[in-house]
Amino acid sequence: MTAISDTTTRQASSPYGEAARQALWAALLSFGLFFFFIGLESTQDISNRLILQSHWVTLAIVVALVALGRFLFIAFVIPAVDRRRANRAPIAVVDEKDQSFIRRHRFKIMIALLVLYPIFILSTAGLQGSLKWVNNFGVQVLIYVMLAWGLNIVVGLAGLLDLGYVAFYAVGAYAYALLGTEFGLSFWILLPAAGIMAAFWGIILGFPVLRLRGDYLAIVTLAFGEIIRLVLINWREVTNGSAGISGIPKITFFGLFDFNISSPDYILKVLPESIVTLFALRPSGAYYTIFLYYLILALAMLTAFVTIRLRRLPVGRAWEALREDEIACRSLGINTTNTKLTAFAIGAMFGGFAGAFFAARQGFINPESFVFLQSAIILAIVVLGGMGSLSGIAIAALVMIGGMEILREMQFLKIVFGQSFTPELYRMLLFGIAMVVVMVWKPRGFVGSREPTAYLKEARAVSSTFTKEGHG
Amino acid sequence: MTGQTALLAVEKVETFYGNIRALNGVDVSVNKGEIVALIGANGAGKSTLMMTICGAPHARSGRIVFEGTDITTMPTHEIARLRIAQSPEGRRIFPRMSVRENLQMGASLDNMQYFDQDVEKVFTLFPRLKERIDQRGGTLSGGEQQMLSIGRALMARPKLLLLDEPSLGLAPLIVKQIFDAIRELNRTEGLTVFLVEQNAFGALKLAHRGYVMVNGAVTMSGSGRDLLANPEVRAAYLEGGRH
Ligand SMILES: Nc1ncnc2c1ncn2[C@@H]1O[C@H](COP(=O)(O)OP(=O)(O)O)[C@@H](O)[C@H]1O
Ligand SMILES: [Mg+2]
Repeated sequence: MTAISDTTTRQASSPYGEAARQALWAALLSFGLFFFFIGLESTQDISNRLILQSHWVTLAIVVALVALGRFLFIAFVIPAVDRRRANRAPIAVVDEKDQSFIRRHRFKIMIALLVLYPIFILSTAGLQGSLKWVNNFGVQVLIYVMLAWGLNIVVGLAGLLDLGYVAFYAVGAYAYALLGTEFGLSFWILLPAAGIMAAFWGIILGFPVLRLRGDYLAIVTLAFGEIIRLVLINWREVTNGSAGISGIPKITFFGLFDFNISSPDYILKVLPESIVTLFALRPSGAYYTIFLYYLILALAMLTAFVTIRLRRLPVGRAWEALREDEIACRSLGINTTNTKLTAFAIGAMFGGFAGAFFAARQGFINPESFVFLQSAIILAIVVLGGMGSLSGIAIAALVMIGGMEILREMQFLKIVFGQSFTPELYRMLLFGIAMVVVMVWKPRGFVGSREPTAYLKEARAVSSTFTKEGHG
Repeated sequence: MTGQTALLAVEKVETFYGNIRALNGVDVSVNKGEIVALIGANGAGKSTLMMTICGAPHARSGRIVFEGTDITTMPTHEIARLRIAQSPEGRRIFPRMSVRENLQMGASLDNMQYFDQDVEKVFTLFPRLKERIDQRGGTLSGGEQQMLSIGRALMARPKLLLLDEPSLGLAPLIVKQIFDAIRELNRTEGLTVFLVEQNAFGALKLAHRGYVMVNGAVTMSGSGRDLLANPEVRAAYLEGGRH
């Protein structure tokens, strides 16, 4: 009864008047609350006396934000929700059609958006302004997408809990850094080499842990990750210890031109004069960044492509079956030893590719980049995305890594929390909160339902909540 | 009993779990084209024998010979490649994979070469599976899971099919369907079946020969009909009594 009369009054009177009234109340309430919290601050002056410092502007901004938020909520969000509820049936039908179109083409749409992203940024932020967004945001997120997709092969598909994945990232990075600086070999030769080396180490790790599962496996892989890092720190003659390796060569455009302004093959010197003058191209670091963006995009797509392909092949199916029941696998004639080793090797290989790319992009690496926290973040992305789901993992990487990078940009928070506030220090807090929220809201990750690799007829969705988890 | 021509010969096999001996010198043989049933109380060691034949765990002493090949110490996956397929205790289907993918896993020995024709055979045997082809294994009913488990084993084109308690926890009508399917396979294709059952009546009626296992050793054997008529067997396994 109350609910019905409530909606009718809401619809009858204009929402704006009501919203303004509520906003005023919210403003008063927040003013009362924040007057002492934000408005006044007690500090010491030069002669150590306690003085009161006032932050009226900050207080006004916060109060205004609260009022605005309340106004928008009452005026727009609630009516929208009500309308939706009232016309649920017709809207739902339309939604389903829309969704199925988006769903059907979601990969194409996603790839198109990713390809267009730097162009969009360039046109809005200009050549120099684009650097930050393409590099810190785009490249950074894509590195983690690729790493998480690589780890997904081991954890999501084969069900082998690997807490030391960053070791393979390190192997790839150091392989490129050492061979690139010592022998001056090209990135395009060293990229496969780094992948192969990482895969080799994947197999080396795989052998001793073949018999282990679950928590035991997790602990041994964790130790493996730490061993690699400690070797990198202590084997000074080769790795230069904690000081790391600098001057790692940049990647050339397949040897056609490069991105060093001083080099004779610099992109603007190699490009035809007419193009340079036509677009008024000036020397800038943005070209390299955009090149890096497309390169890591291609590498990540390669990872996705290989994963999708492998899932349809016997080895990929065997990985998934292995995750569910190892003994049943063996009694179906599957060599679980080889199956596990290929999962470790292929997962590690993509980690190695990403590592080589990382080293080339940074130009400098040291063991600090390969700490356990990195493994944990990559694993968290895989879990949040819903183990095994490529699109879920990509979303998780975007939210988590992108969220962290956005946090850096939120300098206005300084106005709220004071000048000494550094938002990026709170990124782990954000990470933790996001994980808790996602796990409560979607316990199986963003995309929790596994898609079969083959359909005989049209897919019939079975909600994942109806199925029990596979047991060890 | 005819050790020479047996498809599968288990000779004086002992299997241990740590220090606990679960099989105590077991002798069993299965001839080509036979249905052989093994009955026994809970904990007698029936499942252990099934798993020992598949090499998980391996027998500590004794010999297991399949088609003249000693498989006692072979790894499980190589034993499977000799075309011994098992529908194990508890079915052990892959719960998050679809019915189709489960069957594909069964066909991995031949790289799915005969998948299309074999899957049709499984569907004629168990039409319910066809209706549920894209459903996840874990969402099937108990009887459907059992059918899937047997179907998956059949996809491997076995020479010897091992079935561990296919009737466990199923409604009588489903049990009948499954037993009928086994009989049909044996009659039309000459498939050799070694079957473990607590449902002694159904199993001995289905089987040509049977063994009775008590505490890790075979205590009795004979034709299915003879064992059904045997007063000791009747008292222990058919009339609700205990041995
Ligand atoms: N994995 C195991 N570890 C230790 N003991 C086991 C294991 N599996 C079975 N057993 C023991 O071996 C004996 C035989 O078990 P099992 O072969 O499962 O009997 P059945 O199938 O006839 O009911 C039982 O005493 C059981 O407790
Ligand atoms: Mg048993």
